[in-house]
Amino acid sequence: MKRQMDFRSLLNRDNNIVQLIAMTILIFVVMTALSPDKFLRYYNFESITYIFPELGLLSIAMMIAMLTGGIDLSVIGIANLSGIFAGVMFKKFATDAGVADTGFGIVLLGAVIALGTGLVAGALNGLLITRLKITPILATLGTGQIFTGLAIVMTGGPAIVGFPNAWAFIGNGKILGLATPFVLFIVLACLIAFILRRTTFGINLMLIGTNPKAALFAGLKREKMVLMSYMLTGVMASIAGIILSGRTNAAKSDYGTSYLLQAVLIAVLGGTNPAGGRGTVLGVSIAVAALMLLSSGFQILRFSNHLIDFIWGLFLLLVIAINAYKNRTR
Amino acid sequence: MAWFQKSEVVIAGILVLAMVIIGLVNPAFWSLDNMFSLLRSNVIIGIMALGVLLVMISGGIDVSFPAFAVAAMYLTVKGMIYFNYDGVVLPFVAAATMGALFGCLNAFFVYKFRMIPLIVTLGTGSMVRGFLLGIVGTSMININKMPDALIDFGKSDIVNMVKADGTTYGLTAMILVYFGLAVALHLVLRHTTIGRGVYALGGDPEAASRVGFNIRKITFFIYCVAGALAGFAGLLHSGMIWLANPRDFVGLELDVIAAVVLGGASIFGGRGSVLGTMLGVFMLVMVKNSLIIMKIDTTWQRVVVGVIIVIATAITAWRDRRANA
Repeated sequence: MKRQMDFRSLLNRDNNIVQLIAMTILIFVVMTALSPDKFLRYYNFESITYIFPELGLLSIAMMIAMLTGGIDLSVIGIANLSGIFAGVMFKKFATDAGVADTGFGIVLLGAVIALGTGLVAGALNGLLITRLKITPILATLGTGQIFTGLAIVMTGGPAIVGFPNAWAFIGNGKILGLATPFVLFIVLACLIAFILRRTTFGINLMLIGTNPKAALFAGLKREKMVLMSYMLTGVMASIAGIILSGRTNAAKSDYGTSYLLQAVLIAVLGGTNPAGGRGTVLGVSIAVAALMLLSSGFQILRFSNHLIDFIWGLFLLLVIAINAYKNRTR
Repeated sequence: MAWFQKSEVVIAGILVLAMVIIGLVNPAFWSLDNMFSLLRSNVIIGIMALGVLLVMISGGIDVSFPAFAVAAMYLTVKGMIYFNYDGVVLPFVAAATMGALFGCLNAFFVYKFRMIPLIVTLGTGSMVRGFLLGIVGTSMININKMPDALIDFGKSDIVNMVKADGTTYGLTAMILVYFGLAVALHLVLRHTTIGRGVYALGGDPEAASRVGFNIRKITFFIYCVAGALAGFAGLLHSGMIWLANPRDFVGLELDVIAAVVLGGASIFGGRGSVLGTMLGVFMLVMVKNSLIIMKIDTTWQRVVVGVIIVIATAITAWRDRRANA
């Protein structure tokens, strides 16, 4: 009896989550019905666990920026730049044997450089937004150009190919039979969920997003919190960049450009309010999984990639319409 | 406000300064040939910027117009080939109408669901481009298939000059089309009720609605006109480069938005002028084109555009804060 009550209150509180789970199941059933022999293969799900963490981390990064009513359009630029900085450094330290056998210490240094890139890039976004009071859209639009531009300057255009084996493990390896990026995603998702739900920083972010004026009067250090949230976004984006460059063994200035729209879509679909104040890691994670199933199903059905873009766009508009409808009836 | 404090004057001043500096680095900048080609590069970005200006004055932002432009352009050219039509007026009307219809979609979502324009236009842009490439086709229409009327129209010059080595160059007549549209939009914004309504909506939607402006009508007007301008510019572009490429205009939104912001428009709405936007477009095109003349590696182009966006937005943000204080 008690458990049932709990379950019901969970349903009421997180209506959105239930909806998302229902949607995921629906997509799963439809795709299974359309092409049971191909869609249900273990290989299909395994490849999803390798591909989705990048997008998942970028979406969580986007959600963090949206919590304060902002947005970060530079996440892709940060991700690529992080991978490229690390790649350039590996090339510098490469022995005669090539990049592949680079020692563990150097790989660790590469990770620090990549994460540092994300931190600095995020701090730049945060400072432009809090100190110079530039709107997040324009500030990150501009810095996104700068980061992508720097990536082009560093590489001269073509991709940097060849990363150390240990680096590739992050994108391609397995831990206890599970894809390393997947494990990494789960760990980071739990960490971010903990930060947002259980720490002062996370709760302050939510309050700032809900009502900036009240938060100011309550004495919250708005500027510092917003700055920190963009730094967190930057670091998450750089981790996505590490996974991307590890998985493809290459880094390029224009990888993953279509991820930008998808990250915004997933964040909104996952119940994040772009005006701020609302958003959960769980919602975003389920939304990523749902859309990954959808896209892999379409690929199995041999839909063109462009058509998938069309459907993503349609999905985004539908979600907007449904959310507006729901909010009105409430 | 004193004349030297007007943002148009400030922008013009910076523009002249930049021109003098670039001219000092490489005197070839001042050649008539270079000036003509600069003006030519202004046309398409400029017409699109007029649409974005309209959206930004109303407090929104539009990232879907490159998709609308490319869809209107490609579908119109395909239609012209299919019907073997060889005119100019009707295709431009068709392209602009198509753009306006796409714009209606934006207006519907922005007005009806009160959704942030950035997210709406991200969605519609992705949809339209996905539809075009996924269903209509991905193959380019090259010069051998392009309708002749369109190419002849795009080729027309106002003045023609002959260089010492015998090659000719001229100032494209399309610049007149651009100026014509700019003057028309200026008059609408300054002297009609709906134009003032756009500013009112950008200043304060609630107040505008209480004063009696029809927000619904104004929202549809803004996004439809922006879409129509994009569709028109798209077709004009294909006429000027003698090619219809369904993958064209990718990433152009950043340049155009940068140009509009550079021209003094505020993203919070209520501020911005046609003259300022035209100056902003000229500045952006000039800086991008002049990197080559100034012997700076072209790989730096994106960085320079990014830095320009950040500086321009920082200055406008500072100006807006001072104005509100």
